[in-house]
Amino acid sequence: MVLRSIGGVTGLAAVALLAGFAARGAGAAADTTLPGRAIAHAQERGNCLACHRMPADPGAVTEADLGPVLADLKSRYPDRAALRAQVWDARRANPDTLMPPYGAHAILTDAEIDAIVDYLLTL
Amino acid sequence: MIGRLRAAARKAAGAGLAAIAVGVGAGAAIADTPIDPDTERASIVRRFQQRFPGRPLDDYVLGAFMLNPAGRAHYDDIMAFAPFLPDIERGRVLWETPLKDGRTYADCLPDGGRNLAGRLPRYDEAEARVVTFEMLLNRCRREAGEAEYRHDDRATMGLLTAWARTLSDGMRMDVRVDTPGARAKWDAGRALFHRRIGQMNFACVQCHVDNAGRTMRMEIISPVVGQATHFPLWRSGETLYTPHMRFTRCMEQVRAQPFPAGSEAFNNLEYYHATLSNGLPLQANVYRR
Repeated sequence: MVLRSIGGVTGLAAVALLAGFAARGAGAAADTTLPGRAIAHAQERGNCLACHRMPADPGAVTEADLGPVLADLKSRYPDRAALRAQVWDARRANPDTLMPPYGAHAILTDAEIDAIVDYLLTL
Repeated sequence: MIGRLRAAARKAAGAGLAAIAVGVGAGAAIADTPIDPDTERASIVRRFQQRFPGRPLDDYVLGAFMLNPAGRAHYDDIMAFAPFLPDIERGRVLWETPLKDGRTYADCLPDGGRNLAGRLPRYDEAEARVVTFEMLLNRCRREAGEAEYRHDDRATMGLLTAWARTLSDGMRMDVRVDTPGARAKWDAGRALFHRRIGQMNFACVQCHVDNAGRTMRMEIISPVVGQATHFPLWRSGETLYTPHMRFTRCMEQVRAQPFPAGSEAFNNLEYYHATLSNGLPLQANVYRR
């Protein structure tokens, strides 16, 4: 989130906190500075945009409708480990899922999956 | 050839990840009750007609362009003056040039090769295997004392089929599965179509039946019905794909180890795949994205 990139500057953080809430209310503001973003978007890596839309990130250009819209993931996955498990092997939750098993098939490394999860939680 | 395909698969897998071979890490083959070819086609067509109501079946030869008016206009523009027309002419030269024994492909094939492609692949009882259009062309070459063309060679086999299939333009696909031997090969093709394969763990059926018409990033996924009518196709208007070349590309994209073009696995898959387009009109040489 915005807060993380300017965290420590107390005055600004307070302003950003308010701005962040306002933006969230309007359904915007992914943290586009996180390294997981590039991994998530790249066709040869996460390629999340092949199946998912990310309305909070204006740079996530896709018309995909194969998987659920990725929004409000922080409230949908209060337990970070559950979201990570979904990326690692979505077959555990749904054996018929179309989603590739990113961890189980070593499509991405554990570190890459962690980075993606960090980014997803800002959507 | 296999080495080259392996290299391509490794490249597709990217970032030093080895492609996971077919069968490894894939889900179990879908274990359902036996289904006959006519019922299979009818049930898939019915699903599509519910999903795309009011769409005439003949429109399915357009693939994803059927579902995308802007793309359709673009397709019509390209087809009006197709960039691959000179290539088809090169295929005609290959077709018309006499073979070593003085005969031509037209002499070798029934009815001069006209209205033939839509009945292929077919099951050959004597050989106990599926025979594709490409195999018939190579049989003509062999009988004339010529070396066979490689099934993955665009400049020879690819261009030859680009012309030869135009002789079947407009005929309705009529691929039959009449005998137990034929049925066993069709079943094998169906099993591969349903098998989850590769590092990405996709089965053909998941995209081209279950999710046909939906959008993968910016591209609408084409329905399987109609796909077999328009080979060879020209991606970007410039790169020729025979059915097996297209299957190879699909397998690379799901990061599986592709079967070789001309392999029995692909012959059986093509057999199954072709029956799903029965009744639809052939048109060789179309533009695809």
